[in-house]
Amino acid sequence: MQTQLRRETLVNAGLAVLLLAAPVLAVIANEPFYITLATRMAILALAAVGLNFILGLGGLVSFGHAAFFGIGGYAAGILATHAFNQEPLLFGLSGTNQMLAIWLVALVASALVALLIGLVSLRTAGVYFIMITLAFAQMIYYFAISWPAYGGEDGLSIYVRNAFPGVNTLDPMSFFLICYVLLMLFLGVFAVLRDSRFGAALQAARQNPVRLAAVGVDPFRIRLAAFVISGMITGLAGALFADLNRFVSPSMLSWHMSGELIVLIILGGTGRLFGPVAGAMLYIVFEYFLGGITERWQFFLGLILLAVVLFARGGLIGLLAGKVRHD
Amino acid sequence: MTEPLLDISNLCKNFGALKATDNVSLDLRPGEIHALIGPNGAGKSTLIHQIAGTLQPSSGSIRFLGQDIGGLSMPERTQLGLGRTFQISSLALEFSALRNVMLALQARQGTSFRFFKPVMRDSSLTEPAHEILKRVGLDQRAGLPAGELSHGERRQLEIAIALALGSKAFLLDEPMAGMDQEGSKALTRFLDTLRHEAPILLVEHDMDAVFALADRISVLVYGRIIATGTVEQIRRDPEVRRAYLGEEA
Repeated sequence: MQTQLRRETLVNAGLAVLLLAAPVLAVIANEPFYITLATRMAILALAAVGLNFILGLGGLVSFGHAAFFGIGGYAAGILATHAFNQEPLLFGLSGTNQMLAIWLVALVASALVALLIGLVSLRTAGVYFIMITLAFAQMIYYFAISWPAYGGEDGLSIYVRNAFPGVNTLDPMSFFLICYVLLMLFLGVFAVLRDSRFGAALQAARQNPVRLAAVGVDPFRIRLAAFVISGMITGLAGALFADLNRFVSPSMLSWHMSGELIVLIILGGTGRLFGPVAGAMLYIVFEYFLGGITERWQFFLGLILLAVVLFARGGLIGLLAGKVRHD
Repeated sequence: MTEPLLDISNLCKNFGALKATDNVSLDLRPGEIHALIGPNGAGKSTLIHQIAGTLQPSSGSIRFLGQDIGGLSMPERTQLGLGRTFQISSLALEFSALRNVMLALQARQGTSFRFFKPVMRDSSLTEPAHEILKRVGLDQRAGLPAGELSHGERRQLEIAIALALGSKAFLLDEPMAGMDQEGSKALTRFLDTLRHEAPILLVEHDMDAVFALADRISVLVYGRIIATGTVEQIRRDPEVRRAYLGEEA
């Protein structure tokens, strides 16, 4: 068990270094586009860390996490637009172009929406849970499309990337580092929560909810708290994604996005700490390089996904570091 | 006479026309083992489910520690001190035996909403969990995932979890089921000591164990209790012999 733990730690450290090394090499080679690619990896990984919390640890397949990703994105877009146009937002409050304030709004908005969705969807399980989370996300998607004030179907541009105190966010490498640090921070949060009493209850709710109820803990409350935390992390990633593209559109809210996040986790390793990181790196490498060879790269991604599900159920992390062992 | 801890009166449960529980009254007094026996399909499990809170009775009342618990959920009943084991082991199979017991301990303390301290480095969980595993004779297997334990060991772990909950009454649903003779004997000896901690409502098919342990026995046939009494009374009861023990004679 000790050696096996160490092996996963090594794999995780390797992935962390690799993700950091990629943009550094890109700077040296003067290929800024690769920095953007690495930033995408970090942001999608962060979004998937959020989903991994409820899906991996809690065993609940949320097919609606695009809702939180999009809400985070729109929080960034709407606040920035109001700040740029110097129009007051609500109750005389103004918009802002400060990332810290935007993140806070993204976290709070995602938490509130996750609480509402969770209160309803967590009464169900299995396929019903998948369908209800999907339905909620699609509702928000269509709402965004039909809301002309913020671009509707065309989306919303962020003219200047939002600011962070003491950092020039327009420099791609600086913005990458912001995303990378946040990713590492929330990986730490994930690890701490997983090993805590709350994490124990959440994982027990996945393994055997009847057992958890029989020891006197209501699985619903544990899952609801986990769902809210999960949505918040994905929402934060959405705010970063909007800033990366300097654009937010309803596509961030669509079910494709929810599916993509699930695919990332399965590729990387469900419930594994660095599963989302491995998954996001693989996914974007496939998207970019396979996408360069053929337009039908998603067909090949499908084949790879099939192979993972059939032959490597622990995903890339499982392949490299072996099965999960609890203490 | 001492107040009963658990007092079930006139309990009925109908599934359509079938009376699975038919006007059952039953109580559990401090320090006793009250065995519930009956042929297959007599409605023992249905009764246990209603007491534990996984099934709603059609009518009648269940009082525990003087409180009507009919409207409480299973987690709430557990928190009140009603500890149950399952007929078919119900464990967190990926977690080690130790962590299964630790989960019960944190539930008992009501601390499942703590987000920081790693459980495996929390001696207020690990130490008592080891103690309890030692009591049921599982300490050598503490680190093994519950899914890799033998059938008998899983039964022992079920008991360990009930112990960890610090229950005021135990509801043991066929704890000996599928155990070998050696295991049954060891568990019988253990339950004999457990009654001093909290009384036990014991559903069991193993008649040797029931006759060795029970202070009182109730016999359930077709959802009805046809007799309640001491071991001797039940052995002699002609109706019980006809309905139940007769099958073995």
